Amino acid sequence: MTLFYDKRFRAWFYQFCAVGIVLIAGWLMFATVSDNLAKQNIATGFGYLDRQAGFIISETTIPYQETDTIGRALLVGIANTVKVSLLAAILGTIIGLLVGIGRMSRNPLLQRLMLSYVEALRNVPLLLYLFLWYAILLVALPPVKEALELAPHVYLSNSGLVLPSLTFEKGAVFLRWAVILGIIAAFFIRRTALHRRVETGQPNHGGLVAFFALVGPVLALVLLGGVAITWEVPEAGRFRITGGLHIRPEFVALLVGLSLSVSASVAEIVRAGIQAINKGQWEAAAALGLQRGRVMRLVILPQALRLMVPPLTNIYLTVFKNSSLAIAIGYPDLVMVSNTVMNQTGQAIETIAIFMAVYLGLSVAISLFMNWYNGRVALTER
Amino acid sequence: MKKSVLTVAGVAALGAMAVSAGAATLDTVKGRGKLICGVSLATPGFAAPDDKGRMTGFDADICRSIAVAVFGDGDKVDFVPTNINTRFQAVQSGEVDVLSRQTTLTYTREASLGLDFGPTVFYDGQGLMVAKSLGVASAKELQDAAICTLPGTTTAQNLSDFFRTLGAKFELVVFESPDENRAAFFGGRCQAISSDRSDLASIRAVANNPDDYILLPETISKEPLAPAVRQNDSAWRDIVSWSVWMLMAAEEKGITQANVDEKLKSEDPEIQRMLGVTDELGPMLGLDKKWGYNIIKSVGNYGEVFERNMGQGTRLGMTRGPNTQWNAGGLLYAPPIR
Repeated sequence: MTLFYDKRFRAWFYQFCAVGIVLIAGWLMFATVSDNLAKQNIATGFGYLDRQAGFIISETTIPYQETDTIGRALLVGIANTVKVSLLAAILGTIIGLLVGIGRMSRNPLLQRLMLSYVEALRNVPLLLYLFLWYAILLVALPPVKEALELAPHVYLSNSGLVLPSLTFEKGAVFLRWAVILGIIAAFFIRRTALHRRVETGQPNHGGLVAFFALVGPVLALVLLGGVAITWEVPEAGRFRITGGLHIRPEFVALLVGLSLSVSASVAEIVRAGIQAINKGQWEAAAALGLQRGRVMRLVILPQALRLMVPPLTNIYLTVFKNSSLAIAIGYPDLVMVSNTVMNQTGQAIETIAIFMAVYLGLSVAISLFMNWYNGRVALTER
Repeated sequence: MKKSVLTVAGVAALGAMAVSAGAATLDTVKGRGKLICGVSLATPGFAAPDDKGRMTGFDADICRSIAVAVFGDGDKVDFVPTNINTRFQAVQSGEVDVLSRQTTLTYTREASLGLDFGPTVFYDGQGLMVAKSLGVASAKELQDAAICTLPGTTTAQNLSDFFRTLGAKFELVVFESPDENRAAFFGGRCQAISSDRSDLASIRAVANNPDDYILLPETISKEPLAPAVRQNDSAWRDIVSWSVWMLMAAEEKGITQANVDEKLKSEDPEIQRMLGVTDELGPMLGLDKKWGYNIIKSVGNYGEVFERNMGQGTRLGMTRGPNTQWNAGGLLYAPPIR
């Protein structure tokens, strides 16, 4: 009994009980559900993932055809979700950065304009914007028969934008390695140059050298004839333009909707980050003779960035989860594919479990990445 | 710490409580005093509220027939609009007593979803609709077209199969909501829209100018629409089945909402049994003696239900097609009521 008065033992004991209860509760729920499903003669298990899917998905990021398995179809959905959220996060951050800086402008017109941009986007549900962008695309663009030919072989209609696409006859692998090599070389050259500049205080041509390192390998490969490409040119069929690269209006509407929503949130974070930097930093930089633009770029933004990273994590998690609104406007993301699968197999619990696990897993991955990045840029305090 | 323990205990209690609703459905319905019926989300002709907020449509009238059989009153029914993806879960979990929702009876659904289907109430088939201006006369010409549809096995998969056998490709655009699906088709995003033919007629009825659109002649699949109930409750399934058959039998025997009182005096022994004049057939199923009379009196016969909701006089303007009596060359064949 005296053991129970020990603070450490008691703490452990309670923790142990709590974990035990969680496990028992989880097991009870699982057992009840399986038992009820069995009683109602509802099929269970994940065996259905190996069955043939039998439905087509028009927008695929990884190769897929209707004779593939249901598991593969779900993978296509996951890839589509990741593609659109990643692009939206990148685009939204760039736009948001510009808008956020614009919010801090001394020009009242620009400042007010950016303010209304942020407020208009932040205060209306994203779903309504998705409907709006999609409806605008459908109504504003001509039907496919009267498609606009923007450039030779580039067609724009309410079925989307069709471009000629590249196919590699040879050298695709070499090209990929050349690009990777270029990026790595440029990264290290730039870093060394920066380091030297900090040490010596002398400007050097590190940026220019890095640029050549970046494009050099690719250029050399192409000039030496290591790559052969052919263009696949879209052709107007009876109903549709086939061939080439097809960017669908569903994808565009979703990407625009998500990017703009991200940009509004990012803009506010950028503004907050900039405003949090001590006024003395501005004045000190100005006293050194730096122009306002350079003060922003070289002094203020690098310091504001550290403050911006933790709230940005939230925004990226939100955009990733918001991408599931795709279902409203017909973009085949994970939820849309899951719905078709559920409808086909009737195994809703398993399918929902899969897509919850995927969202959870990817969200945790984003958080971990952002925490790691935050740890790198955060001010080390002693 | 304490808080989390409490939460966990709560969750555990909930989990233990969620046991299957295994009680006999008829008792549950009678105890509640109301039938709960799962129907479509606003689909004119099948289930849609009218301007007074009263649910009307073919599926809604099937629900009413069942309610009349149980309570003698067609108003004792609550309509629950169900989503296309969660409709089966609504039946499985006991949220609805019967699902009367343009649902196709298939092998997998009956075998693996814990459901039993009643008799086919509507023989349908998947078709395609296009704008007249497209100048297409057959679905086979739709190679490379973009086709709008709702998510679901019997539409997406049938289309894939149809075009695969033709060796043709097409673009599938899937929408979750029927409104967006229609809007995308009318907006010209898709050249064709595909669904059950009855559903297409319903979509066409809401177009600005229905005459601008035509249904293509091909029927690319069989879609027998039937009401569904939870598995292993034969007594309840019997009631659902015979309520449907009563509608069909009434038409076969020429009994209508208007002449049902007159028919009480009929010499035909089957009519006498149907209307509860002789023999006490109703109580065998736990129903009122006059359940058949009540159904016809308050809902009408099959033909009346059809014409009222989707016939030539309505915006849907559908013909009976295979949904005529067996002795007139159709597929409606109610077993004898004796």
